[in-house]
Amino acid sequence: MAALPDITDSQTPAVPRVPIVRITALRKSYGDNEVLKGIDLDVMRGEVIALIGKSGSGKSTLLRCINGLEQFQDGSLTVAGKPLLHESAMAMRALRQQVGMIFQSFNLFPHLSVGRNVMLAPTLVKQRTAKEAAEQARALLARVGLAEKFDAMPDQLSGGQQQRVAIARALAMEPQVLLCDEITSALDPELVGEVLRVVESLADEGMTLLMVTHEMNFARKVADRVIFMHQGRVHEMGAPAEIFGSPRTAELRQFLKSLDD
Amino acid sequence: MVEFTLWDILRNLALALRWTVALSLIAFIGGGLVGGALLCLRLALGRKTGRLIATYVGLFQGTPLLMQLFLAYFGLALLGIEVSAWTAAALALTLYTSAYLVEIWRGCVEAVPRGQWEAARSLAMSFGEQLRHVILPQAMRLAIAPTVGFLVQVIKGTALASVIGFVELTKAGGMIANASFQPFLVFGCVALFYFALCFPVSLIAQHLERKPHGRAA
Repeated sequence: MAALPDITDSQTPAVPRVPIVRITALRKSYGDNEVLKGIDLDVMRGEVIALIGKSGSGKSTLLRCINGLEQFQDGSLTVAGKPLLHESAMAMRALRQQVGMIFQSFNLFPHLSVGRNVMLAPTLVKQRTAKEAAEQARALLARVGLAEKFDAMPDQLSGGQQQRVAIARALAMEPQVLLCDEITSALDPELVGEVLRVVESLADEGMTLLMVTHEMNFARKVADRVIFMHQGRVHEMGAPAEIFGSPRTAELRQFLKSLDD
Repeated sequence: MVEFTLWDILRNLALALRWTVALSLIAFIGGGLVGGALLCLRLALGRKTGRLIATYVGLFQGTPLLMQLFLAYFGLALLGIEVSAWTAAALALTLYTSAYLVEIWRGCVEAVPRGQWEAARSLAMSFGEQLRHVILPQAMRLAIAPTVGFLVQVIKGTALASVIGFVELTKAGGMIANASFQPFLVFGCVALFYFALCFPVSLIAQHLERKPHGRAA
């Protein structure tokens, strides 16, 4: 019994236990300024990872490397086993269909209605018919609680609603991994909850999530793993209870303390 | 000597006005096409092409339109290419217009926030799709007012085509003034014709500028 391979033994035998995102010795600099100094990170399917740290610690840059918005100079990055190749437009197009991203500033397309925002990429990239895409968009908007906003324009929505549309738009591409770059930082405090609830429901459904966040309570509650970044390195990594309960390094202690002030 | 009544003057000027309008339209449409093509090249091909196009823009913005007309008319003739005043004027004005429009439009594309490109890229859209479905619709809305405003410059610029013998409003005015010995009256009328053409266009540009950007029409 013990000799059986791990795969047949696990609870979900169909899913091999390989990382969906594998980052190896990744380095990135802007000119002389090295912002990522050798990052190693494996993200398992279905894992929820919170990236925390001071501004300038490289956490957003790391996130943006994963879908190729930033180019890195050294190291490797694979998503679902396929390496990220900046030079190949085809490879980037394939990779970006696996990796969705949600931004701090929503970045909805202001000239398109909410429904068209969600439908645009699936019709262009996945060659869905308008009817299929519209049905999918309605379903996704219902899922983020905005079923009635299909025909609204983005500027008629609150920030929280816009961010939920952005989530629906990203989900329409059926990504394997969702990157969230400080998605509640531009929101009024009373609107943060509605966005986080959507993210939490995604986590519950098994979506692989990497999020840069300043919402420590949310990270503690939802994340499987918390990564503290400091000066371009993964400084400390562990379960939320460890990171927040018993930080090992002085830098993390200081960072957590600074949040209480 | 032929007697020129005011009616004769106005009638002849009105006939010549057609050519001013035709030349303006050719310059604007031709310039728009060339400018649009240059803009797409610049966006698609990156910095080197950008510098080349910047040189083109600098050349046409840095020399008087009058010289460009002379060069198109006499320069091409020197090279053995026979060009009519029509062709030379249309060519020079098209290139001149394209140089300004590509700059105006580039500014409008750059005014679209970077986040729009990033969002479109993150959704796996190709460069062409990003441009066509996300960036250009927004840039175009920004571009309408300055583009229409520039149309006024083009209309007035066509007056210079008179120096190479192209008979449009200004040239016709000069000819009538010489024949009628009433230069003040004639050129006063010429000015009024230009005003009648340009002022409505300016008004449209102002109206468009006041409209809030980024809203669905």
